[in-house]
Amino acid sequence: MLQHYGPQLVNLFAATMLLLAFAMLSQRRILSLINLFAAQGFVLFLSTALVAWLTGQSHLYGSAALTLALKVFALPWILHRLIRRLNVKWDVETLINIPTIMLIGIVLVILAFNLALPISRLAGTLTKATLGIALACALLSFLMMITRSKAVPQVIGFLAMENALFFAATGAVYGMPMVIELGIALDVLVGMLILGIFFFQIRERFDSLDTRHLERLKEH
Amino acid sequence: MPAAMILLLASPLAGGLVLALVGHRRRAAEVNAAFSALTFAGAVALVARVVADGPFEALERQFFVDPLNVFLVALTAFVGMTTALFSRPYMRIERSHGRVTDGGMRLYHSMYQLFTLTMLLVLTTNNLGIMWVAMEAATLTTVLLVALYRTHASLEAAWKYFILCGVGIAQALLGTILVYFASEKILGAGAGALLWTQLDSVKGQLEPVVMSIAFVFLLVGYGTKVGLVPLHNWLPDAHAEGPTPVSAVLSGLLLNVALYALIRFKVITDGALERPFASNLMIGFGLLSVTVAALFLSRQRDIKRMFAYSSIEHMGLVTFAFGLGGPVASFAGLLHMTMHSLTKSAIFFTVGHASQKAGSQMMSEIRGLIRLSPTVGWGLTLGTVAILGLPPFGVFASEFLILTQAIAHAPWAAPILLASLGISFAAIFGKVQPMVFGEASAARLPHRPALVPVFVHLALVLLLGLYMPPYLANWYRQAAQLIG
Repeated sequence: MLQHYGPQLVNLFAATMLLLAFAMLSQRRILSLINLFAAQGFVLFLSTALVAWLTGQSHLYGSAALTLALKVFALPWILHRLIRRLNVKWDVETLINIPTIMLIGIVLVILAFNLALPISRLAGTLTKATLGIALACALLSFLMMITRSKAVPQVIGFLAMENALFFAATGAVYGMPMVIELGIALDVLVGMLILGIFFFQIRERFDSLDTRHLERLKEH
Repeated sequence: MPAAMILLLASPLAGGLVLALVGHRRRAAEVNAAFSALTFAGAVALVARVVADGPFEALERQFFVDPLNVFLVALTAFVGMTTALFSRPYMRIERSHGRVTDGGMRLYHSMYQLFTLTMLLVLTTNNLGIMWVAMEAATLTTVLLVALYRTHASLEAAWKYFILCGVGIAQALLGTILVYFASEKILGAGAGALLWTQLDSVKGQLEPVVMSIAFVFLLVGYGTKVGLVPLHNWLPDAHAEGPTPVSAVLSGLLLNVALYALIRFKVITDGALERPFASNLMIGFGLLSVTVAALFLSRQRDIKRMFAYSSIEHMGLVTFAFGLGGPVASFAGLLHMTMHSLTKSAIFFTVGHASQKAGSQMMSEIRGLIRLSPTVGWGLTLGTVAILGLPPFGVFASEFLILTQAIAHAPWAAPILLASLGISFAAIFGKVQPMVFGEASAARLPHRPALVPVFVHLALVLLLGLYMPPYLANWYRQAAQLIG
């Protein structure tokens, strides 16, 4: 039964990922943004675990567990703690208004599907249809990083991009070798801790986490 | 795993851990230099082994050493050691000026060692995935160093560095995934499919479409770290705002290491496509970097920013040379990497002390160095003359080779290169001359600056410009052959 509907379920998860990426793009409140990020991590976990079960690739279970621990629990927890400690203002401004961002987002999705077409045609995996969506999610996260002016949303955008790349790896090649996934996870975690320190330094200096304060270094 | 390799990698790791605990003590700088010297000893032993026995793989093929990476390992360990020697008095002066706290010193020393470790890991690993992980770790170890002074400008520079390089390196991860996608079909799933030596042996069978898309992502990703225009935005800020020893290793070493990663992928991509797609992209990006950096040089007011732009220019030149390909151009590219590393770090050493004396990095406030401190003044003059490519320094030899190759294989590019080199000559020389010879205006330093490394580097550059020993030339030739 599940064997039969499995691939379609993976596609459903992929569509949910894309939906969540758009939701993050349009979300103004920082707390909801973190929850959306955690939700995206959870969908990624479900889809990785499902692919692992469908294909019998046992190392994907490890990757799914890593996703669950890191993207669903550890990182959102660190982010929640950070914003509580930093007492960040709740509303996030975007640099361009949200309808325009959504339109740009749609264009990016079309672009991503076109880019993924020649690659997924060559893929032998049962999840090859998700590759376009994964690339689209990566581009949308990138867009989010560009259009936000506050440091925390920019970082969430960065982490969401990393989610999308993991998703792409699962879709195209059933995940990277375990050593490398562990290495990547370690880098992300260390990077997050460093950012935590860094946020405090920025705040101590400027009393704000608005990166528009960080625009003095320019060519004269 | 051979002992030399263990020493090479274990010494910076141990150094990083030890100095995280005692990095603020009075003798920490000596300990730092000692660990770097040990690392260099490991590199020398590794070179000796490669010269005697040829290339080899270690630890189930996860590490490998061939003439191409062993030369960069030696260079990285050497400049790492001399920079540690330079940073001994430099950081003490910063400490007594109150710009760095005890915690800052611990962070600095520990991260300095870990940064060396990540670079050596990028260079020696055979696994392209681990290469990515180590490259990202290299960014992470240096972010807090760039922000060490916690000034407005340094925090901004570090934030830019983190975000832009983070985004860039994410593109490189996508590229790596795509390479794995292509190779997994031929080599089978598992870590073996990302081993460079394996990929190199089957490069003709890799799917060309996937490899070309992958290379574009890799070029954007690792190119951001090389500082190729238009991905260079973070570079002048990060190199200008961090402590000078960090600027020296970022400019002199990290750019080389990132370019090395790009070269490895270029070899595979060109092999898979059977047409010079990757090479042409590198020619384009290289040329653009040289021109844009040359135009920006004359607009700089901060001395470290100016030399950071000069780094972009030279990395562009090297990328261009590797793009041209062929034994002579690749040889010239490798030679230029060496010369730039040695010269640029020497320049940063003198610039560091010059701005400490003047109490500012603004070029308009640094005057009359030669009267205040002849060694700093002469160091800066000679370094500038060397980096501008005047004979008899080694940079002249490598630039000359690159230019002749450009005339032979891409004649349309030669005038652009010549014009850019001319513009940067005028810009840099015009700015350095009054700093060295103008009226004096500066204070005494609380510690004697270490200028031996400056003159050691410049002597090496001079020596290699005048006479290159045959075994060294042979070594470069072998490395160039690997690049093709």
